[in-house]
Amino acid sequence: MTAQRKPRPQLIRTKLPMPCQEPSDRVQNFDEVPYGYNEAEAVFEAQRCLKCKNQPCVSGCPVEVPIRDFISLVKERKFLEAAVLIKTKNSLPAVTGRVCPQESQCEAKCVMGRRHQPVAIGNLERFVADYARDHGEEVPKLPSSTGKNIAIVGAGPAGLTCAGDLALLGHKVTIYEALHAPGGVLIYGIPEFRLPKGIVKYEIDFLKKLGVKINLDFIVGSNKTVDELLAEFDAVFIGSGAGAPRFLNIPGVNLVNVYSANEYLTRVNLLKGYKFPEYKTPVKRGKTVLIIGAGNVAMDSARTAKRLGAEHSIIIYRRSKKECPARQEEVHHADEEDIEFRFLTNPIRVIGDELGKVKAVECLQYELGEPDETGRAKPIPIPGSEHLVECEVVVIAVGNDPNPTIPRTTPDLEVSRWGTIVTDRNTGKTSKDRVYAGGDIATGAATVIAAMGAGKIAAKDIHKQIMGIEDEKIVESS
Amino acid sequence: MFTLIDRKDVTAESVWFKIEAPDVARVCKAGQFVIIRTDDKGERIPLTIADWDANEGWITVIFQKVGASTYELADLLKGDNLRDCVGPLGIPTHVENAGNTIVIGGGLGIAIATPVARAYKQAGNYTEVIIGVRNKELLFNVDEIKEFADNLHICTDDGSEGRHGFVTDQLLEMIESGQKINTVFCVGPPIMMKFVSKVTEPFNIKTIASLNTIMLDGTGMCGACRVTVGGETKFACVDGPDFDAHLVEWEETMSRLSSYKEEEKEAMDYYQKHREGCQRDKKGERK
Repeated sequence: MTAQRKPRPQLIRTKLPMPCQEPSDRVQNFDEVPYGYNEAEAVFEAQRCLKCKNQPCVSGCPVEVPIRDFISLVKERKFLEAAVLIKTKNSLPAVTGRVCPQESQCEAKCVMGRRHQPVAIGNLERFVADYARDHGEEVPKLPSSTGKNIAIVGAGPAGLTCAGDLALLGHKVTIYEALHAPGGVLIYGIPEFRLPKGIVKYEIDFLKKLGVKINLDFIVGSNKTVDELLAEFDAVFIGSGAGAPRFLNIPGVNLVNVYSANEYLTRVNLLKGYKFPEYKTPVKRGKTVLIIGAGNVAMDSARTAKRLGAEHSIIIYRRSKKECPARQEEVHHADEEDIEFRFLTNPIRVIGDELGKVKAVECLQYELGEPDETGRAKPIPIPGSEHLVECEVVVIAVGNDPNPTIPRTTPDLEVSRWGTIVTDRNTGKTSKDRVYAGGDIATGAATVIAAMGAGKIAAKDIHKQIMGIEDEKIVESS
Repeated sequence: MFTLIDRKDVTAESVWFKIEAPDVARVCKAGQFVIIRTDDKGERIPLTIADWDANEGWITVIFQKVGASTYELADLLKGDNLRDCVGPLGIPTHVENAGNTIVIGGGLGIAIATPVARAYKQAGNYTEVIIGVRNKELLFNVDEIKEFADNLHICTDDGSEGRHGFVTDQLLEMIESGQKINTVFCVGPPIMMKFVSKVTEPFNIKTIASLNTIMLDGTGMCGACRVTVGGETKFACVDGPDFDAHLVEWEETMSRLSSYKEEEKEAMDYYQKHREGCQRDKKGERK
């Protein structure tokens, strides 16, 4: 018998673009840039999914969101069901839909993408999460309490994910956070125009509805040590992040108005410096702001500077555009907002005025040479190419090191020479009994979704260990 | 909640707060600080812990009304709640039995010099204290210090009490008189600490300065507090706040402290315009 082939709907080769605020408008405000799909747009984009049997997209997702199946539900306009399905694997979909580097994860694996553009998975995830938020999603029914207590250090993506998963398994979870608001990098680092803080708050409130307790203004390592927590809790998960900013080893780096990206963004995002003086934390507004580095944090800083009124917001990067570590979408948005890029340029000295304030940065021009050990073309300075770039503010966005607080105060915890906590990547276990770690504190600075993935892995193993479940059993039940 | 158990005006410029903060009081040590926020729109204000009681679960701080944020903080009444109080932060002052110690407090620095001097004394050191203020109206903690210190020298800029002159005049006199001094600890305006370090440097006397830099998180996350010490960049919040005064780049430290001069003025104007809501009548009740 020959199979009757259904006529295929016409293939739509390109992603449905998300409507966005016009660049000339949006640089005047801190509102979110993309508006998101409406229902019709979401259903339209969902129809592009080929429903592949082996779901390569899922293997590209660090938390294994059932992408194909949630997209099918979108196609059937079962948006709330789609949200419930996503939340079985991803407790922060409104966040990841906005900040994941989909082009190198799920969308990179999308079969559509081999010949055409991949399905806009990130945009659809964002739509579903936003829809659920606006239409009242139900709090899932929790299993009866296991009577087990878990402490989580740090309310960032890793900690929040670990907390959510453990709460759904019936454990009592307490998060300790050093800052005055939960969210970690989601709240101090990523700007409002890319991730509205109201959305982060909603996702965290949802966790609270699952019974997760959050203790703010509490520093593990100072108020209580990890050992003290171990006396009260059955297990401890450390997700304290990569919070220590790197500075360049060049003269003038401590002049007035030279910021780490962490400081610049924290002033604006966490402390709402863009609303100064109503909010009391000031931030310098220069006519020309120079940003050193070309990752997502550099793009965030450059676009923030523009919104704070900079006429020139300039990104300096020693490699070429091709090597920019930022997400494509961020580079694209920065381009649209007239951020100036100076590639193959590197600072050698920051120059101050008589009051110790920045007035210029001296730079060297580079050219690309042979590939280096990372496989990327090695930038080589061009002799005699020194030149000055005048500016009032400098933002250094060249990465972060792991937060040293926990390693310093937990002597028997194995730490690598980079300051990261050594963990088993399959379980999140550290060298210390009942102590787990994940996210940037274990890997060094990485992505939100990678941290969430680590939080998930640890939650699974913590559950197994504190409930005394054998390996085979967990395989069966999953 | 971080309830304001008590408050009083120490001088016309400085205010004393007793704050319910059991998690801080349980573990804090001399030389450490907290970060306080008045309300949701407030700045994170770093303040050194002046005193504490682990059993009763409170700490005290003394702060000077210098800008909008500290004026706003001073407007709080007994029984009010602070939005945030996190700490203890920073490395405690390293106190050892080193022999003869001089602890110097300038202006508001007296608040910090007091517990540090007491700690030195308790560690078995012969401890003399020098405090300096502009005029006698700004003096505080005098009786408290006299209780434990082996000697207290008061200096005023206008001569209205004690020595007419700076703390450095007193210090230099003591050094030149041949008095044996093992350690000098100073805390106060950076210009004072700079000159204290200039006085002791030729005599090779170990000198510790407690820096009060600009900070945001206070946990090593932002680098606002960075300071060059011995040619290296250090974070005052996690590597300090105490440093070898002879190695600190004082000019840089002072210019960084004045980073937001213009903004401070703008914030103060805004505060004065919007303050009505929290002004108090004569009884101290909110209007």
